[in-house]
Amino acid sequence: MAATADGAGGDGVTRRDFLEYAAGGMGAVGAAAATWALIDNMNPAADTLALSTTEVDLEPIEPGQSITVVWQKKPVFVRRRTEAEIREAEETPLDSLPDPMADTERVQKAEWLILVGICTHLGCIPLGQKGTDEKGEYGGWFCPCHGSHYDTSGRIRKGPAPENLAVPPYRFLDDTRILIG
Amino acid sequence: MAAPKFDNPIVRWIDYRLPVFTFMHHEMHEYPTPKNLNYWWNFGSLAGFMLIVLIVTGIVLAMNYTPHVDHAFDSVERIRRDVPFGWLVQFIHMNGASFFFIVVYIHIFRGIYYGSYKSPREILWILGVVIMLLMMATAFMGYVLPWGQMSFWGATVITNLFSAIPLVGEHIVSWLWGGFAVDNPTLNRFYSLHYLLPFVIVGVVVLHVVALHTHGSNNPLGIELRGKQDSIPFHPYYTVKDFFGLGLFLTIFCLFVFFAPDYLGHPDNYVPANPLVTPPHIVPEWYFLPFYAILRAIPDKLLGVVAMFAAIAVLFILPWLDRSPVRSARFRPIYKQVFWLLVIDCLVLGYIGAKPAEGWYIHIGRLATVYYFAHFLVILPLLSVFERPRPLPLSIGEPVLGGGGPSPPGGGSAGAMERA
Ligand code: HEM
Ligand code: FES
Repeated sequence: MAATADGAGGDGVTRRDFLEYAAGGMGAVGAAAATWALIDNMNPAADTLALSTTEVDLEPIEPGQSITVVWQKKPVFVRRRTEAEIREAEETPLDSLPDPMADTERVQKAEWLILVGICTHLGCIPLGQKGTDEKGEYGGWFCPCHGSHYDTSGRIRKGPAPENLAVPPYRFLDDTRILIG
Repeated sequence: MAAPKFDNPIVRWIDYRLPVFTFMHHEMHEYPTPKNLNYWWNFGSLAGFMLIVLIVTGIVLAMNYTPHVDHAFDSVERIRRDVPFGWLVQFIHMNGASFFFIVVYIHIFRGIYYGSYKSPREILWILGVVIMLLMMATAFMGYVLPWGQMSFWGATVITNLFSAIPLVGEHIVSWLWGGFAVDNPTLNRFYSLHYLLPFVIVGVVVLHVVALHTHGSNNPLGIELRGKQDSIPFHPYYTVKDFFGLGLFLTIFCLFVFFAPDYLGHPDNYVPANPLVTPPHIVPEWYFLPFYAILRAIPDKLLGVVAMFAAIAVLFILPWLDRSPVRSARFRPIYKQVFWLLVIDCLVLGYIGAKPAEGWYIHIGRLATVYYFAHFLVILPLLSVFERPRPLPLSIGEPVLGGGGPSPPGGGSAGAMERA
């Protein structure tokens, strides 16, 4: 295939076309790479990401009482449930739940319910930790921001929140201490 | 266009090399403005004025403000108490944002009433909606800076809106935050963007004005200019009218700045941000309330967010929803009424947005939301077909002087004349 003076190949594509596409393509790749760096720059930094853990002493918590601890800057609810609360959570039929999940899947020991205390709607912190708080129609938590009701397993029952309160990763160090994270 | 003659030799020397004076002369003296503009046409220049006020006060505030979660709240309090005239600058900035929105909302409803979004001003209108979106983003991020309870929880709720996006939502939210919650990285980036966006707004405003000066202002009759006798030069007639309006506006503005600086704000924002306690009743700034009401009207997270953004998106396509060839509501008997219904509907939405989402408020909020969308998506397209407009005057001068030139063919109103 002999190239003509202007470098045109048999199909009318010139060397100049090739050079233009190659240069343009390289430019686009370079711009995309730079953009990616700038976008990723806004993601959580390494120190923020460094998984912090939080240890909680369960000893002082009475049945029916809840405490709030901080894990990765997020509030975590630790509730020592009463017999009645556990029964209610376990006996709720799954088909009555917007986000069906059995209570047994949400706890390691039935007495201890551990949840990330952030409403899955738009991130407010639900009420229900203090004895005097409104706990909602299902005896768990109530989010005042837009009216989401959670039950004694932290499952969404009513309101705009789409999901149950999240269960953070945790393990029991011994009978009275847990490590979250 | 012949270059005007300037007497001053220095002006001539500069103008020969950089024609700024020719440009100004062209825009101020030769630019023909309809002679019948009423006071609703003051709000564009008022908006420009407020933008400048916010930029100037903002730059001064930035000299004393500290964008760090441990110091932001105290630095704003220090600006108010210790920095010379800091209280004044801060109150002007804070209330200025509110008044900027009042002015711009009136400006928008003016456009809706007089059909200013219709051909050939569609791009002008769309640029306006872009400005409104940028203003919302700017004001939202500005409100986070003082790092009070409402700052923090407003930021949390609004950024969480993006978690409604399927699959990538959570990633987007932590990308916006730069962490696992609204925190110092969030405050820093919001400050950076809050400083940047007003200048982006200035850029879009320039385009907005270029588009405006391409076809000139619409007017209360919504008809085309029929010739020289229908227009007057912008300067001095409208410069003087704009300054008079500015005086009245500043009087009201100063009443707020000096006598009720916190009237439009929320007391909870004087409580430093506490990431572990949500205030029992969180509300956004008043200018977001109608949109907030639409968000809450829908009991599904994703759909609520979609509806809220759609409430703004629908404004972008307004020029194509309202197909009536008549611009001004003065000649559209039914449109005039649904216009006022829309105004009332938006006020109702604003009221509901400020109330807790319970009981009757929910039902009224839903009704008002449905009506808002029905106005744009159902009523306007139907009216364009079924409404019978009243006859349009032949020229701007005609209703006042009687008679007027013969109506030349073409122009935005010709079709309506035939139908009426
Ligand atoms: C489109 C124009 C602007 C709007 C709508 C706007 C809006 C706001 C709002 C609502 C606040 C919160 C005030 C409060 O509640 O205390 C604020 C704060 C602030 N803004 Fe702006 N702003 C604008 C332009 C600017 C510019 C150009 C700067 C320059 C850097 C700036 C710097 C600041 C600073 C430092 C604060 C924190 C101090 C304070 O709270 O007063 N703003 N802004
Ligand atoms: S954030 Fe909890 S209901 Fe909206």
